[in-house]
Order: sequence, then structure tokens, then C-alpha cells
Amino acid sequence: MTFSVGDLFLILPELLVITAACIVLVLDPVLRQSDKDGLVWLSLGTLAICMGLTASQMSTPTEAFSGLVVIDTYGAFWKLLLYFVTGLTILLSHSYLKEERLYFGEYYGFVLLALSGMMVMVSAADLLTIYLGTELMSLSLYVMAGLKRSEPRSLEASAKYFVLGAFSSGILLYGISLLYGATGSTRLPAIATAIAGQSLDDPLLLFATILLAVGFGFKLAVVPFHMWTPDVYQGAPTSVTAFMAVASKAASFGAFLRVFIEGLGGLKANWSAIFLLLCLATLVLGNVVALVQTNIKRMLAYSSIAHAGYALIGVVAAGRLENSSGIASVLLYLALYTFMTFGAFAIVAMLRKDGVEGDEIEDFTGLSKRHPVAALLMLIFMVSLAGIPPTAGFIGKFYVFMSAVEAGMTWLAVIALIFAAVSAYFYLRLVMVMYMREPSDAADSAPQFVMSPTLSIVLACAVAGVVIFGIYPNPLVQLAMQAVLTLR
Amino acid sequence: MTGFPWLTALIFLPLIGAAAVFFVKDASARLIALIVTVADVLISLPLWWLFDPSSSHMQFVESALWISSPPIHYRLGLDGISLPLVLMTTILMPLCVLISWHSIESRVQSFMAVLLIMEGAMIGVFLALDFVLFYVFWEAMLIPMYLLIGVWGGPNRLYAAIKFFLYTLAGSVLLLVAILVLYFQGGHTFDILQLSQGTYSKSLQFWIFLAFFAAFAVKVPMFPFHTWLPDAHVEAPTAGSVILASVLLKMGTYGFLRFSLPMLPDASQAFTPLMVVLSIVAIIYGAYMALAQDDLKKLIAYSSVSHMGFVTLGLFMFNIQGIEGAVMQMVNHGITTGGLFLCVGVIYERTHSRQIADNIGLTKPMPRYATFLVIFALSSLGLPGTNSFVGEFMVLAGTFLWSKVATAFASLGIILAAAYLLWMVQRVAFGVPAPHMLPKLRDVNLREMVTLVPLVVLIFLIGLFPNPILTRMHPSVEKVIARVFPAAPEQAAAVNPELHTPRRLVDAGGDAGFTSAETEGRRP
Repeated sequence: MTFSVGDLFLILPELLVITAACIVLVLDPVLRQSDKDGLVWLSLGTLAICMGLTASQMSTPTEAFSGLVVIDTYGAFWKLLLYFVTGLTILLSHSYLKEERLYFGEYYGFVLLALSGMMVMVSAADLLTIYLGTELMSLSLYVMAGLKRSEPRSLEASAKYFVLGAFSSGILLYGISLLYGATGSTRLPAIATAIAGQSLDDPLLLFATILLAVGFGFKLAVVPFHMWTPDVYQGAPTSVTAFMAVASKAASFGAFLRVFIEGLGGLKANWSAIFLLLCLATLVLGNVVALVQTNIKRMLAYSSIAHAGYALIGVVAAGRLENSSGIASVLLYLALYTFMTFGAFAIVAMLRKDGVEGDEIEDFTGLSKRHPVAALLMLIFMVSLAGIPPTAGFIGKFYVFMSAVEAGMTWLAVIALIFAAVSAYFYLRLVMVMYMREPSDAADSAPQFVMSPTLSIVLACAVAGVVIFGIYPNPLVQLAMQAVLTLR
Repeated sequence: MTGFPWLTALIFLPLIGAAAVFFVKDASARLIALIVTVADVLISLPLWWLFDPSSSHMQFVESALWISSPPIHYRLGLDGISLPLVLMTTILMPLCVLISWHSIESRVQSFMAVLLIMEGAMIGVFLALDFVLFYVFWEAMLIPMYLLIGVWGGPNRLYAAIKFFLYTLAGSVLLLVAILVLYFQGGHTFDILQLSQGTYSKSLQFWIFLAFFAAFAVKVPMFPFHTWLPDAHVEAPTAGSVILASVLLKMGTYGFLRFSLPMLPDASQAFTPLMVVLSIVAIIYGAYMALAQDDLKKLIAYSSVSHMGFVTLGLFMFNIQGIEGAVMQMVNHGITTGGLFLCVGVIYERTHSRQIADNIGLTKPMPRYATFLVIFALSSLGLPGTNSFVGEFMVLAGTFLWSKVATAFASLGIILAAAYLLWMVQRVAFGVPAPHMLPKLRDVNLREMVTLVPLVVLIFLIGLFPNPILTRMHPSVEKVIARVFPAAPEQAAAVNPELHTPRRLVDAGGDAGFTSAETEGRRP
């Protein structure tokens, strides 16, 4: 293994994020309470610099550290998305933590550490490096989920997430070791060469593929590996939930696609069948169970499960297509999903009732009378999640279904669309509660929506993404198409 | 095509207006909405004269690349079929604003914004020449309409709103799949005109027809899918009912005419018996249900089911009379039923009841109102001299060429229409009003006159002079028929004489039948 200083320049964004994380962790205890806002700006500044650096790295794939890491447009696409989500998370947390009276400076440190883990995940070309990134991300998230130490539900979320997450990491690692046994390498290109022309008749390869699918299935929260999601999403602080639902899912999809396309691309037809089953189960269960939820965070948790199912349609199609339109549709879907899901969680986070979060669907009753702007934004996010034009959600679904039809799986598109119609019911139930129910007379007990400058930035970004990319998605589509071209 | 993008202006002016009303007070919101909708009328009216009636091509075409891969275009155009529908929409919208002037008191800005968004989306549906663009406009209407019913509707509005939404959404999701399948089978394009020229295998046509059917039949609504309509109509505010009945229902039949017939000619012919049976069932069933209603809005809602049956019947006749009659009937139903719903809205504002029993004997206290009601009712039952007569006559003439039995059954609908409408008029206009109601029964004021008079003018204008509309749609309709029967009549008749009998009759007596419809119309 050779090492060159040039490699360090290639991973400069990662290094910057980790440095910033360490500075935040070190400075937190010594800073006075009033100065701690500086940590927020430090984190945001780092993200802005990284965004510039990564944008300049959108080029032909360059290997670093003897092929452990590869810097390409594909990774850059995910990284830009992750910076964006992390920036929104930090801004949202700024208002949210104040409302919750959670003053932990290390919070921002953990957000950045999780981000660095995700960045490693999406640019690693070696299974063990991917595993390292996954663990860095997960460990930070376990801590963040349990941040509301006074609340049992938050602790339960953290513990549950940890146990199941550790379990799934074990499965992932087991899959990696089996794959190493079958192919003699953990590098994705080497694996691809080794399995060229092979099929899943080899039991070792079969088990390795299944275990990898299960391990990533946990991270992506697809059925039947979704059990942790509703509890964790409900219990964790909402800003963390938003971060998990969007960033962790995006990073996991990034790593997952790279492993299965670059490494196991030779087994396309085989894993496509596995994911078809997972995809159907996810679509059905996610959408149907969301129908009966009364807690908005649980509903959004099931909705995010269902959305992973829609993204999986693109993966299934990718397994059957010669061109890359299936994968591009997944990238596009996840990017568009970011705006609407994050926006919805941001609204939930800032709806306060008697000092705590109003996270029951009932709490939204009559919101349009009390806070017309918040209600209108939530309406837009819900419409987008339901996939109705002219919003981003429709564009995402359009491309995913298009790749399914292209792959000759019209029936899958039909099933998915029928469940999209089902999902419209629970998204619109929230609209109904907000717009068509009268708020109760006791005005003082009614939940209030707490607006703040940072929150308005978050909401503006989210709604701009939903509306602009819903009407003119062309730039994002082009970017996603370019990104998948660098995937070998 | 160079020049100012009038069609774009037609769509986006209301949308800009919708954004603008959010920044003003309630009273100005009403005014802005009125100005914007009237401006839209003024933009659309010149198109009527600028339109070249001799051409079957799309006119005023605007095209721009919207999404590069797959190639999706922002492409708009007008032909003789969409022109009358667009004009009908723009003319109805100011009336919807006017009728809601005082009846909508809460959240006026949002109400006007929703109305304007609806207008933009509805016009977009009629103008779109790209299938994806069409779908975007088609679906974009759902949420505003859902809010219109659910926020400003009657007591049972929540149920009606979600029922409307889920029915129409479930129908249209299959449309999206069909659009995608057509893209890959029809040469990787979403261009409606290009797709209309492709040939597709019979089995593919079969499935796509079913998917189209799911979307369009729910919207029309055709017989087994009509159950959302009475609920939605009864609960919606007056403007919502007018939009629903006059414009939204037309989108279903417009979809059949624009997509099913030209793109899937074989499947359309194969499904003709089914469509005819469903249409006739709708005509008779709707009329029977209307007879039994004691709620005015429900009565008109069921009469819509019946009248829309004539439209679908005419469309699937594949002859000039049938299809032109169907398009005429689409416009006529929009005007007449719109007028009837406006009338119900006027009386509801006074008595707060839509029950026939509560609103009897209005001639004495409200003579002008009774006149309007009678005119609209007579138009709805197809009295010669009014607009509906022309459309229904042409549809029946077209049906007669195809099957005499079907014509006989369909004619029952006209008889029943006379029964339920005249019975309704008898009770509402000529009874003895309850004494405690009398103080509430003020006659129509100036604003309401302004709302109702344009429709009365249109009723007689179209009823007496249908030719301007017919000549404009003639080339476009012939183009559709040529798609269904591509071969020259002589050759085709030799291959399958039975099937092509109607076509030959059209060729021989097309113009004669045409004028006869017109002269019949002039003989009140």
C-alpha cells in the first residue's frame, strides 16, 4: 500500500468536517453559553467550504489510498446532498434545541461526525471502508437519538436503535467476510472481476449477497427490517429524526448502490429479484400501516419507509436494465425526497404545545386559522409526499416509474401507483385536519407554531426545493444522470 | 410560431393572480379575482376569430423544451375541439367569482386563490400538447378542488372531499402508467400529436384503453363510477359545483376524444358496445335518479350523469354527427348546468336550503329568478331553440346511423329529462310559498343578473346559430374520424361493409345532416 500527500487533498472535505467536529467538541466546554452560537456558524462555514471543494471534484473517478476511496461525480452528488441536509439540520437544531432546552454543544460535533461517516460511505470503494463509515455515522446517531435524557421515550429510542443497529452491522460485516471468502478481496472492482460470469449457484456468494442485502436493508429501513424505524423516529429529538430520515437514508442508499452496482453488478439479475420482494413488502406495509397512525412522527416514519420502497423500484429496474436510468432515478428520488421530508419534520419540530412538541396529528387541528403560513407549507410538503404534480414528489415518482416501465415491469409501476393513491389518504388527512377542522375554543392550550429566523431559512430552502424542482427539475435530472455515469 | 404567447398568458395570468390575492385584503381579493378572470376572457375571446376554421392543425402552437431527458416539452396549442372548451372555461370563471361575492365570507383570499389556480390548471388541460404536461395540469387540479369542497363546503364536506379526491386520483394513476408505456412503445416521445399517429398492437391498445378508461370514466363520470359526483356537488360551494359540473366533467370526455380515439382506434372500436351500453345506462339511470331527488343540487347532479351519457354515446359513434354533437353537448352542458347550479346558489343564499320543499312558489316573489330558472331548465331538457337541442339532436342522429335500438333507448333520457325538470320547475316556480319564507325571497340583484345573463345569451346564441362552433370543430373532428377509419371509405367498405355503413352515410349525407341539424335548431 502506497501513500501520497496528494491523496490527502482528495479527501480534504472529509478532513475539514472531522477537524470542525473536533474543534466543536473541544470548544464546547470552555465557551460561555452566550457564545455557543459561534459553534453553529463554524459548522455552517465548514459545510460551505466543503460544498465548494466537492463541487470542484465532479470529474472523472480518481482513486485515493490505493483504491480504498474513489472521488467521482457519483460520490460528489451524494456529498452535496448531505452537506445541504446537514446544513438544514444545524439550522433547525439551532431553534429546536433552544425550545427543548437542550444545550449540548457536542450535538453539533456529533452531527458533523455523522456527516463525515456518511461522506466516507458514499465515496468508499472498499467494503471495509464502507463499514467504517457506516459505523461512524451510526454511533453518532445512537447518541443523538438519546439526547433528551429526561425523556424515557428518547432513551428507549436510543437503546433500540443501538441494539438493532449493532445487530445489523454484525450482519453486514458477516456478509463482507463471506464475500471476502468467495472473492478474495474487499475492493469493489476486484470483487467485480472475481464474480464476473458467476451466478448465485455458489452458496458462499449467495449467502454473502443476502447478508449484505439484509445489512443494508436495516440501514435503509426497508420491510421487513424496518421495525426500529417508527419507535426511533418517534422517540428521538425531531431535528435528529429529520437528519436520520433524510441524511442517513441518502448515505445508505449511496453506499448500497455502489456496492451492488460496482461490486456485485455481475449478479444484477439475482439481486434484482431479492429487492423486488423487499420493494413490494415495503410499499405495501409502509403505506398501509401509515394509514392508522395518530402520531405525526410515526406517520412520517412509515411514510419514509414507503419512500424507500419507491426508491427501491429504481434499484429493481436498474438490475434489469442495460443503461443507467434506473440508478439515476434513485438518486433523483432521494434528492427530491430530502426537501419534502425535511420540510415536514421541520414543521413538526416547531409546533409547540405547553412547552413540549405537539406531535399528535390532532395537534394540527385548525392550524390554517392560527398559522396560515405553516399550514400552507405543510400542505405543500404533504402534497409533494403524496406525489401530486406540480411538486418535487411527482417528478421523483415519475422517473422511478419510468425506469420500471422501461425495464418491462409495468405491473410493478401499477402496484406502486395504487399504493401511492393509498398514501394520498393519510397525507391528505393531515391537510384535512389543518384546513377543515375548527380549532378548539381553548386558545391557550392550542399548540403554537414557533417561528424563528433560522427556521424560516430551513423552511424556505425546503419549500423552494419542492416547488422549483417540481416545476423545473431539469438541472437536478442532468446532475443525477451525470453522476451515475461515473459508476462503473 | 412567433408572436406573443397568448396561450401561456391564458394559463399563467390566473396563477399570477392567485399569488397576488394572498397579499391583499378580502375585499380587494374579490376584485383582483374578478379582474383577472375577466382579463382571461378578453385574452381568449380574440382567439375565436383569429382561429382558422379551415385547418385541422393545432393553432397558436407554443413549444419549448421543458425537461431534456426524457424529452418533455412545454407545448400548447388549440384546435377546433379545445377552442370552445377553453372559451367556455374562461367565460364561466368570472361568473364563479361573482356568485361567490357574498356567499363566501371566510378565508376569501384563499378561496379566490384556489379558484384562480383551478382556472389555470383547467385551461392547461385543454391546451397541453405534451402528455406529461397534460398529466401535470390534470393532477394539479385535484388539490384545489379538494380544498374547495373540503374547506368551503356543506356539512358533510369532509366525506365528499376525500371521496372526490381518492376516486379521481385512483383513476388517474393508471393514466400515468399508460403514458409511460406509450412513451416506450410509441417512439420515445410524449408528443400527443405524434403519439396519435403511431400504430400500436391490438393487445397493447386494449390495456392502454382500460387505463385511459379508468382515468376518464371516473372524471366524466360514467355509470358505475359516478357515485362521487352527487356527494361532491351537494357539498361543494356554488362556484365549486359550477366548476365541477361545467369544466371538470368535460375533461373526462375531452380525454376520450383527444387520446383514446385517435391513439387507440382499434381498441376504441372494440370497446364501442360496452361504452354505448354504459352511456345508455347512465342516461336512463341518471334521469331516473334525478326524478327521485328532493335536493335541487342532487337533482342537477344526477341530470349531469344523464347528460354526460349523451356525450360519451356520441363520441363512440365515430361519425361526424355523433362526435360533433358530443362536443356541442360538452359545451352546452357546461353552460346550462352551470346556469342551473348558479340558480341554486342564488336561492340558497336566501333560504339556506336546497330542498325543493323549502323553495316553492318563487314566481310571485322572485319573477326574474323564476324566468332564469325556467330558461335553464328548458335548455337542459333540450327544447328546440336552445343550445342543448342541437347537441342532443346531433348525438341521436349519429347514434341512429349506428343502431336504431340504441337511439330509442337514449331518447328515453330526453323524455325523462323533460319529466324531472318540468316537475322541478312546477314545484319551485309555481307553488304557493310558505309565508315565513316570503321575507327572505328577494329577487335577483344586479350582480346576480350579471352572472346569469351571459349564460342565457349563450344558450340562445348556440341554440339558434350553432354553425360557427360546428365549422370550427369540423376539420378537427374529421381528423379524429380519419384516424379511426384510416382507409378510404370505398376500400374499407369492401373489406368490412357492416362496420363502415355509418361512415359511408356520413360521406354521402354529411353536409345534408349537418344543415338539417342546424335548420331543426332554427325551428322553435
